[in-house]
Amino acid sequence: MKRILKTVATSVATAALLATPTMAEEPKKGGTLTMAIQQTPRHLNPAVQSGTATGQPGTQLFASLLRYDEGWNPQPFLAETWEVSSDGLSVTINLVKGATFHDGAPITSEDVAFSIDTVKANHPFKSMFAPVETVETPDANTAILKLSKPHPALLLAMSSQLLSIIPKHVYGDGQDPKSHPANSEGVVGSGPFKLVEFKRGEHVILERYENYFMEGLPYLDRIVMRILPDESTRAIALESGELQMSGFESNPRNIVRLKKNGALRVSSEGYAAIGPVNWLAFNTKGEKTSDPKVRQAIAYAVDREFINKALNLGTAPTALTGIHPGSPFYDATVEAYDLDIDKANALLDEAGYAKGSDGMRFALSVDYGWPAMKPYAEYMKPQLKKIGIDVAVRSSADFPTWAKRISTWDFDMTMDNVFNWGDPVIGVHRTYSSDNIKEGVIWSNTQQYSNARVDELMEMAGATNDSNKRKELYAEFQQIVANELPLYPIFASPYHTVSSTSVGNAPDSVWGTSSPLDRVYLK
Amino acid sequence: MSLGKILAKRIGYGLILLIAVVVLNFTLITIAPGDVADSIAGDMGGADAEVLAEIRSRYGLDRPFAVQLGRYISSIAALDLGYSYFYNAPVTELILQRLPATLLLVFSSQILAIAVGLLLGVMAARKPNSFTNLIVTFLSLFGFAAPVFWTGILLIILFVAIWPVFPVGGMMSASLIDAPWYEQWINIAYHLVLPMVTLASIYLALYSRLTRASMQEVLGSDYVRTARAKGLAENKVFYKHALKNSLGPLVTVAGLQFSAVISGAVVVEAVFSWPGLGTLALQSILARDTPTIMGILFLSSLVVIVVNILTDMILRMIDPRIRAD
Repeated sequence: MKRILKTVATSVATAALLATPTMAEEPKKGGTLTMAIQQTPRHLNPAVQSGTATGQPGTQLFASLLRYDEGWNPQPFLAETWEVSSDGLSVTINLVKGATFHDGAPITSEDVAFSIDTVKANHPFKSMFAPVETVETPDANTAILKLSKPHPALLLAMSSQLLSIIPKHVYGDGQDPKSHPANSEGVVGSGPFKLVEFKRGEHVILERYENYFMEGLPYLDRIVMRILPDESTRAIALESGELQMSGFESNPRNIVRLKKNGALRVSSEGYAAIGPVNWLAFNTKGEKTSDPKVRQAIAYAVDREFINKALNLGTAPTALTGIHPGSPFYDATVEAYDLDIDKANALLDEAGYAKGSDGMRFALSVDYGWPAMKPYAEYMKPQLKKIGIDVAVRSSADFPTWAKRISTWDFDMTMDNVFNWGDPVIGVHRTYSSDNIKEGVIWSNTQQYSNARVDELMEMAGATNDSNKRKELYAEFQQIVANELPLYPIFASPYHTVSSTSVGNAPDSVWGTSSPLDRVYLK
Repeated sequence: MSLGKILAKRIGYGLILLIAVVVLNFTLITIAPGDVADSIAGDMGGADAEVLAEIRSRYGLDRPFAVQLGRYISSIAALDLGYSYFYNAPVTELILQRLPATLLLVFSSQILAIAVGLLLGVMAARKPNSFTNLIVTFLSLFGFAAPVFWTGILLIILFVAIWPVFPVGGMMSASLIDAPWYEQWINIAYHLVLPMVTLASIYLALYSRLTRASMQEVLGSDYVRTARAKGLAENKVFYKHALKNSLGPLVTVAGLQFSAVISGAVVVEAVFSWPGLGTLALQSILARDTPTIMGILFLSSLVVIVVNILTDMILRMIDPRIRAD
């Protein structure tokens, strides 16, 4: 009970904090927000489809149990209160009263149980709800999750697009939820906005749900999400005022240009939970790259500062580990491999690869899977030549070609960008766990890295709710992988949310534009 | 040969071509490394082995290639374009949603290119050393040399960023979804201007040069001299005698170019976020959504074949010499 009181108390306190700036600028009701999303979503139901294309409209249509603020604190959403038992094996959720789906039916604990089951069976991130054994529903407003072990990722997995509460009376009709017609048309959601029209390649139009369970929200009448894949088109539309907001903007040149525009607000907040980290991955079973000394030498030879200054134009935060720098578990004290060509050469000599008469030691290839990664891969060629490695840049015609090559371990090195997805249990373990070396599965442990202690640390950190303990465990984990270096982290993607200064309460929470935009308003 | 016989022959060739297009493209797409399961996993930020296996078995991607091809051909023969793996919707529905936008873009830009190209070509041919001729030469050089995406971006920078008179992209303002049809049409026309001009620019150059060259050739021929000698008014000589005879090459080329227009539309649609078949094709190719790619290829080859047959027929109508063969 203490826990419940605490959560209520913190939420009241945060609500007060949140209210202060909004007091100064009274949020106005009404208006249409036109924003961009970058590709046509497969459909609009995040319960069975991950990814940002579905997540941005999906989190408007479907509410989750919790939401998160700027400081990683869980806030009540459909769950008014939640209580984790002291042994961590049971989580009791009390739903807010009077919440309804867009067809008017009440949102009950049955729907929560159904949603968790659906996500567990269909969502690609199996680690989110794997320890959830059953969901009990003693009454319409209470759901009790029974766990096989304490599961620290659970609260994050109950937020944003990771757990959409979907109506059992619609999706429980026996059809496969992955291809259910109500995923794209006539969506019956639980969130602040309902679907007006989804036109593939054109737009998703959303409209305020009048009976939304949060009093007085949402402020906006409508959100038009235009599907604009071309980044220059989006930049010009933001400048001309045709667009009022766009998330996931990542072209450094455009960001620098848009930042100079006084009518726009360009913010890097809102991507800590998605947690995109860019790295140079090694095939640790490769002929040359199996030697940690070779990997370390390459890391010493790559100038992270040059990449961040010249290629990223200062728009991207440095990332030293596979955990995103915005995460509470990030450890900035690991070996950073600052540029040191002499040390790199010495390491390669030590590894037994002497320079030949032409100054070269051996050849390696570096892959990249999509255009944004190309400059970094190409940078490796002249840079690693300095330490006698002859790098061939290998491009792939499209994403599936690259994914096939990397996931079948047909590579030496590759540029990659992998998302943390909230808690390390969901998006970080998969990269390092030796259980997850799976042929043909992209973004599994494609480095084929295996270390028993690392496995053990991840397992312990994934089975305790004590966040101090977890910090310690993840710190040791990060130290080890920074030394053995199955991959060399370079930077976090320069994602930015660009919005017009006329947009109030721009989404800066850890989930950014993939969170309900119910408090956003137009000045 | 009678018209009916020729038509039958042409249709026969067309069918063989269609089958070749289907088999070749299906083979090419399938032998490329990776498949739609990989692209769905990429879109979702990762997936596990079970999910991938489930996607592959659901769409029959784990079957031998011959079985997959056989299945596809039999469904195409039944005029069923199949089901999109990526969008979870019937391909026919996806294509029909996008087709009007592409047809509007393609036909309006072709009409613009033919009309203006013809006008400029004729004007230039009439006064070979005039300023108009210079403009035609310049425009055709520009149209040939400038890549279409570059022209598009240039127009966006000029008419959206610097001098904001046109919208940056899309087909219709989303705020008008409840508006009466005429308001929607006006809005669509307004959105159409830049992509139409961009796509027309290449063909405008081609058509004006072609008209000028063939007009100049015809104007130098004996029968024109005869017409002038017998005292016909210059306008009559020019438009009635010369122009009609110089149209042949233009019609042939315009018909042949039709396939190129469709591929040009892919680029223009991407630049202007025009919600047509081109954007769908691009997305499906990147996603390895075989049924959708195949559906679009099938349909566009069909259109090209039909347009080529029509071109033949039009040529026979305007040029009696072909009819005589």
